[in-house]
Amino acid sequence: MSTPLTLSAQHLTLFRGSRCVIDDVSLELHRGEVLGLLGHNGAGKSTTLQMLAGALQPSSGRVEVCDFDLSRQADLGKACLGFLPEHPPLYRDMTVNNFLTFSARLHRVSAAQLPDFLALAKQRCGLNEVGDKLIGTLSKGYQQRVGIAQAIIHQPAVVILDEPTVGLDPTQIRDIRNLIRELGNSSSVILSTHLLNEVESLCDRAVILQNGKVIFNDTLAEMHRHNDIESSFIRLTAMQTEGAQP
Amino acid sequence: MIRLLARKEFRCLFASPSTWWMLALLQFIFAWFFLARLDDYLLVQAQLAQSGNAPGATISIAAPLANVLSIVLMMLIPLFTMRLIAEERRNQTWILLSTAPISSTHIVLGKFLGLLALLSLIIAACGLMMCAIALGTHVDVGLIASNVLGVWLLAASYAALGLYFSALTRQPIVAAFGALAVSLGLWMLEMSDSIVRVLSPSVHFQALNSGLINSSDLIYFGLFICAFLGLTIHHIRRERGGAR
Repeated sequence: MSTPLTLSAQHLTLFRGSRCVIDDVSLELHRGEVLGLLGHNGAGKSTTLQMLAGALQPSSGRVEVCDFDLSRQADLGKACLGFLPEHPPLYRDMTVNNFLTFSARLHRVSAAQLPDFLALAKQRCGLNEVGDKLIGTLSKGYQQRVGIAQAIIHQPAVVILDEPTVGLDPTQIRDIRNLIRELGNSSSVILSTHLLNEVESLCDRAVILQNGKVIFNDTLAEMHRHNDIESSFIRLTAMQTEGAQP
Repeated sequence: MIRLLARKEFRCLFASPSTWWMLALLQFIFAWFFLARLDDYLLVQAQLAQSGNAPGATISIAAPLANVLSIVLMMLIPLFTMRLIAEERRNQTWILLSTAPISSTHIVLGKFLGLLALLSLIIAACGLMMCAIALGTHVDVGLIASNVLGVWLLAASYAALGLYFSALTRQPIVAAFGALAVSLGLWMLEMSDSIVRVLSPSVHFQALNSGLINSSDLIYFGLFICAFLGLTIHHIRRERGGAR
């Protein structure tokens, strides 16, 4: 592909004690691409995303964001990243506006750009009516949207979303999917999810993790070639489980 | 960046009702103590006036007040510091800071200064109370100033200590008890008569409490604060990884 790389992870490995949680995971993401990260519960999706976002140090391997090494040029790399973790990091006693302003300033948005960035993020996530409310009083769906707004407010080149549509109602899910598609035009997006139809409708490429290993990394077309995506997923993960047991 | 974090921390402390309760209660306790000391002083004032070198109003009212303030702050500061890092970890908001493009030094200093701003407010309110003696009699401004300085330095030391314990754990209660236990331990060292006495912050506060500003005490407080802030920064940096 000719478009430039925005994120590349090479040979990420993570040990917890003597147990290998993530085993030699390599990923690449190009500008304008939406990558879906799939896998069973406990396959290591959230852990991988945390390492990509620089929240967790890999035992070995390296992550580069926009050509900045996350361990050596952490500040420059992290400035190009927006991250929504599994539990949105929200200060419950701040108002939505104050919180988004704070997180924009944290990510080095200048005072001059701030009003525009804030307005855009709120409009994209449908938060215009709740700007002055305390985050703690919002419903789960709105809190999730504030979490997404926090990840995209500084208009980063790479957006990492860990299960972005959890806890949303069907209309909101549709809105967020439209938003992710829109983000996919200007920046690169990685999202993890359990929902296969989400991957089908949003992603250009899918990576399937099983027991901390990458067992599939290709375009959706490849996954479609044999079958529909659901049976491909089940076939792939089942093959791996059988293979693992002698 | 440091200012942004400090301001956010200060605002968040004021957003919770518990802070207001605590401030109100503290003012009440100090005012009670202040008036009680004032009463005592007025009772014995006539006898004191007959002796040659009588203690003045400032040393019999303001200095004990500063002493009480120092002990109350020792107990109180761990409750504030536990929120700074340990509670953020438990509420899963810490990840916002750890993935932000800011250095660990900025995070730690921002949090420290935000808390110090609140503590300064408490101390300033108490300082004003001491100055209220001026309404009735002549005050020793130097003594009040050295007391306020001493309490402020002591508060900053306990805040740095508490921040370190907050960085060590995910459990706010553990952070609070750890910091309290160590502060109490250091306070008790004051009673021992061996050389380890000099490790205790309250020993160094005693001189300031009696109006004596030694540069060695100032250096001690400076070192104490820098040491614990340094340890905190080191710990956070190692945890976050990265070059800085």
